[in-house]
Amino acid sequence: MTSLDLSIALPEILLSLWAMVALMAGAYFGKDRLAQALTWATVAVFVLLSILIGVQEPVAQQAFGGLFVADGFARFAKMAILLSGAAVLVMGMDYLERTKMMKFEYPILVSLATVGMMVMVSAQDLITLYMGLELQSLALYVLAAFRRDSVKATEAGLKYFVLGALASGLLLYGASLVYGYAGSTMFADIAGTIHGDHLPVGLLMGLAFMLAGLAFKVSAVPFHMWTPDVYEGSPTPVTAFFATAPKVAAMALLARVTFNAFGHAPGDWGQIVGLLAGLSMIVGAIGALGQANLKRLMAYSSISHMGFALLGVTAGSEAGVKATMLYMAIYLTMSIGVFAFMLTMRRDGRPVQGISDLNMLSKSQPRQALALLVLMFSLAGVPPLIGFWAKYAVLAAAIASGYVVLAVVGVIGSVIGAFYYLRLVYFMYFGTETDPLDDDGVPAQRWMTLAAALITVLGVVNLFGIEGAATMAAQALVH
Amino acid sequence: MSVADFAFYAFAIVAVVAGLLVVVAKNPVHSVLWLILTFLSSAGLFVLLGAEFLAMLLMIVYVGAVAVLFLFVVMMLDIDFAELKAEMARYFPLAAVVGVVILMQLTLLYGAWTQAEGAEGLRRAIAPDAVQVDNARALGLIIFDQYFILFQLAGLVLLVAMIGAIVLTLRHRTDVKRQNVLQQMWRDPAKAMELKDVKPGQGL
Repeated sequence: MTSLDLSIALPEILLSLWAMVALMAGAYFGKDRLAQALTWATVAVFVLLSILIGVQEPVAQQAFGGLFVADGFARFAKMAILLSGAAVLVMGMDYLERTKMMKFEYPILVSLATVGMMVMVSAQDLITLYMGLELQSLALYVLAAFRRDSVKATEAGLKYFVLGALASGLLLYGASLVYGYAGSTMFADIAGTIHGDHLPVGLLMGLAFMLAGLAFKVSAVPFHMWTPDVYEGSPTPVTAFFATAPKVAAMALLARVTFNAFGHAPGDWGQIVGLLAGLSMIVGAIGALGQANLKRLMAYSSISHMGFALLGVTAGSEAGVKATMLYMAIYLTMSIGVFAFMLTMRRDGRPVQGISDLNMLSKSQPRQALALLVLMFSLAGVPPLIGFWAKYAVLAAAIASGYVVLAVVGVIGSVIGAFYYLRLVYFMYFGTETDPLDDDGVPAQRWMTLAAALITVLGVVNLFGIEGAATMAAQALVH
Repeated sequence: MSVADFAFYAFAIVAVVAGLLVVVAKNPVHSVLWLILTFLSSAGLFVLLGAEFLAMLLMIVYVGAVAVLFLFVVMMLDIDFAELKAEMARYFPLAAVVGVVILMQLTLLYGAWTQAEGAEGLRRAIAPDAVQVDNARALGLIIFDQYFILFQLAGLVLLVAMIGAIVLTLRHRTDVKRQNVLQQMWRDPAKAMELKDVKPGQGL
């Protein structure tokens, strides 16, 4: 171990140090009075770290004897994770203050979860993968149960914990099978034992178990059962966090494992990932139809979006990975916009989350309604908004790799999905007259919704240049 | 069959059977006891592998601390396990089908198990030569040097667990009287107590 190794993992080290300093500060001075200051400081740390990662040279650098890598792919994923984490922290603050949940541990747990995610996307070894995943998951379990006086939140936390532990068990069993066959936990060594373009049966079984565990983390069907309950039960700022950064990390990790360790046999794992993708796109769309709660609806929406993102991984090509990374970045933008709005939804000072609460929003808050309309159209994939181009890219990559049936399934899922997004728009513009939602000042969230809507419109011009970064990410992963 | 082979099969069979009994035992306290037996047989397997240090750790940490703690927790829990079991019985047929299918697949897999050509070499390459260094030193070399970052991450995982336990359970109660040592020490007997001379029959 040299100082070079440490400098490659510098962002992770700095973030963990920050979490520990913040913990000490919170414990010694003033308890929860510091919570707001610590949250703002954490936001600043996230943004600074993403700049630090952004200015690094995008060459692949291995550290700690090949356990850890910093390359273009990790760079893209880490920036997405850090920036979305910062956005979620900013928009959740007001909600937490109002519901008296603002504890100084909140930003610390978010920071530690983020360290886990950053390790996940940089993993080059099965043990690194597992440590990162566990660090992230454990922090998220606690966050899910953060409102400890509420039965629903406790149930959400417990459900997430038990099912998450089961998924970790599956993943570990798969990893042990892979190690049993290959004799090494390093991705490069595992890839080295694959000759020809088919996986030996030991690796195939191991990979199947590992993908089951990872599918749980990205909430792909049939491992999605926990998602609606956990989204509904957790406090809304935590739900917003669940729907954004961890999804990027898990998706990047899935791509990392399949390409770096099993990249020689894309046909073999393509079947498994393809099945997960196809089922997610359909079940996510159908499941959302009957929902009356906005958080449950967003849960199903995220399931179906993860299906599309998995479609890009299924393609097994550079274009597919690039499409997946672009899809995730675009999904993040739209989700942040929608959740920022959900955090402002209050009636008589109490948070509400029903779909019927959106009735005639166009009258009471015309600007917000318009922004939400744009975001919904974009989530549904209506051209020419940015959400359409995201779907177009993954479908094109899937067709180019010969997965025509899956692409058709995706289009059908997207059409079904359009119904419930448009139903929200219908409620906002043509619904029945009810008491309007509170319209008192929480400018940060309102501006974020508007900004997200603006990005989905203006992004169609050149995607704000992230396409180049996504191309570099895909090249780093596939070659 | 050599003694080592016999010992391996004995430990392995006991571990598997005890593991099964952990799940199916009716009384949760018995489950914990079976769990202890599983740990003990695993420790035996570790000894056979030449990892005596790990075997002792397993005995001391898992059997000595974790399992005993489990036992306390299980005895303190007030859960109607019969009711839980009845709930589980409803899903048993489906679970059995899934379990049998997976078991058959795994049997097929292990029946035709091979390992990659270089696997043995890769396995040996990671650890120091067993003849030259002893167990604890070999572990130290790997954990504190090669797997340094993983060790640190494990530390962070434990930190999260600690923060989580505090966040989810600690309540600052204001209605309880706490001991303040300094206050007790600074207490002046002359001010704390007043002696009154009460005359008989007069009162205060």
